Amino acid sequence: MFDIANYEEARDLEQAIELLTKDPRAKLVAGGTDILLHVREGKLPEAHLVSIHEVAELKGIHLEADSTIVIKPVTTFTQVSSHPLIREHLPFLGEAVNWVGGPQTRHAGTIGGNICNGATSADSAPTLFALNARLQITGPAGIRTIAIQDFYTGPGKVALTQGEILTAIRIAPEDYRGFSGHYIKYAMRNAMDIATLSCSVLCKLGDANLVEDFRLALGVAAPTPIRCLKTETAVKGQTFSKELAATAGKTAVTEVNPRTSWRASKEYRLQLVAELSKRAFREAVAKRRNPA
Amino acid sequence: MNTKKISFRVNGQAVTLEADVRESLLEALRNKLNLMGTKKGCGVGECGACTVLINGETIDTCIYLAVWADGKEIRTVEGEAKEGRLSKVQQAMLDEGAVQCGFCTPGFVMSITAMAESGQTFTTEEIKKELSGNMCRCTGYQNIVRAAEKVLQK
Repeated sequence: MFDIANYEEARDLEQAIELLTKDPRAKLVAGGTDILLHVREGKLPEAHLVSIHEVAELKGIHLEADSTIVIKPVTTFTQVSSHPLIREHLPFLGEAVNWVGGPQTRHAGTIGGNICNGATSADSAPTLFALNARLQITGPAGIRTIAIQDFYTGPGKVALTQGEILTAIRIAPEDYRGFSGHYIKYAMRNAMDIATLSCSVLCKLGDANLVEDFRLALGVAAPTPIRCLKTETAVKGQTFSKELAATAGKTAVTEVNPRTSWRASKEYRLQLVAELSKRAFREAVAKRRNPA
Repeated sequence: MNTKKISFRVNGQAVTLEADVRESLLEALRNKLNLMGTKKGCGVGECGACTVLINGETIDTCIYLAVWADGKEIRTVEGEAKEGRLSKVQQAMLDEGAVQCGFCTPGFVMSITAMAESGQTFTTEEIKKELSGNMCRCTGYQNIVRAAEKVLQK
């Protein structure tokens, strides 16, 4: 038995917002793969849960008229990586979420939950940062949309007030068209592990290997996932070469603030930032030249 | 006492029960339906001993609330042998010596069964990735992977 004092299953979004607003203690549960562990570990004694596990309007992926890709929050990692729209336009996001836990976790855990936990190690986060994802948040006062960079406010903290729910992850066509991308998760094991450091690179290559656009985002390199904007500026407009990739890695080190934890020391993580940024950049370029 | 009446199918049979909102599906299967094949290992979704198929997908039932089973199609290891004959997956595990203490076996059977029914073929590396959510303390995995290969690499 879980230590759950109060449980409500929301029928729809409207009711979920109402239930959360009515009970200041209530926490939202979607896939349950994180929050039920917190309950199990005693971090949420006598939990009050509002479930959106069965809310159909919060599931699925679609394309809007202007080619904006909309990912609903209660879409599981497996559904994200196998969806035709993701495979066609954002294959690197599908590859990234395929690194979460193991198959059972990916069948239950949701992409919205991955972001709303506020963990800097979330496998979907670096790629969503690199994609300039915008998050649609719905609450008692209506709908607002913010950049994912403004959503993460600290370790495990996100910009949601009680009663607000993440209702869509939106990716504009100018942020994915023509981009190739690569995600690297560095961990002790190839499965069932949390990233020691993670890195996502998106790039747009023009004629003669000119880097027309370049995005670099890192996880576990700071209290929240981050973009390396200085590195991006230094790389954009240059001609791609192995040296440029190495320079990108060295520059990225100056923009991060990793900590020492039981998984790795700060120094080790700085080394990983340089190495993974370089490798992910080279892989992203290789994918551009040889599309799968 | 907060309960909810739920109806779902287990191994092809319709069942209805009063689920406690605090209960995991694993607890409901074991304690209310007496289906003891699904094991409780770690209780935190890491070891895979409690794996069942829900609507055809492998799920760790220790971190899946019983109330979410409402309306779902569930398969546990008890439904795999038909009329006293083991399923192909079970027979392969037996033939390859993939069973030692047996505690992880039901979970592995369900994971390999899901792969077998997907209609895809799997390389040995893909098999290992697909089985990464199931842990075994006895076999060293080699025989389990061999059993999976036997079923999945025809």
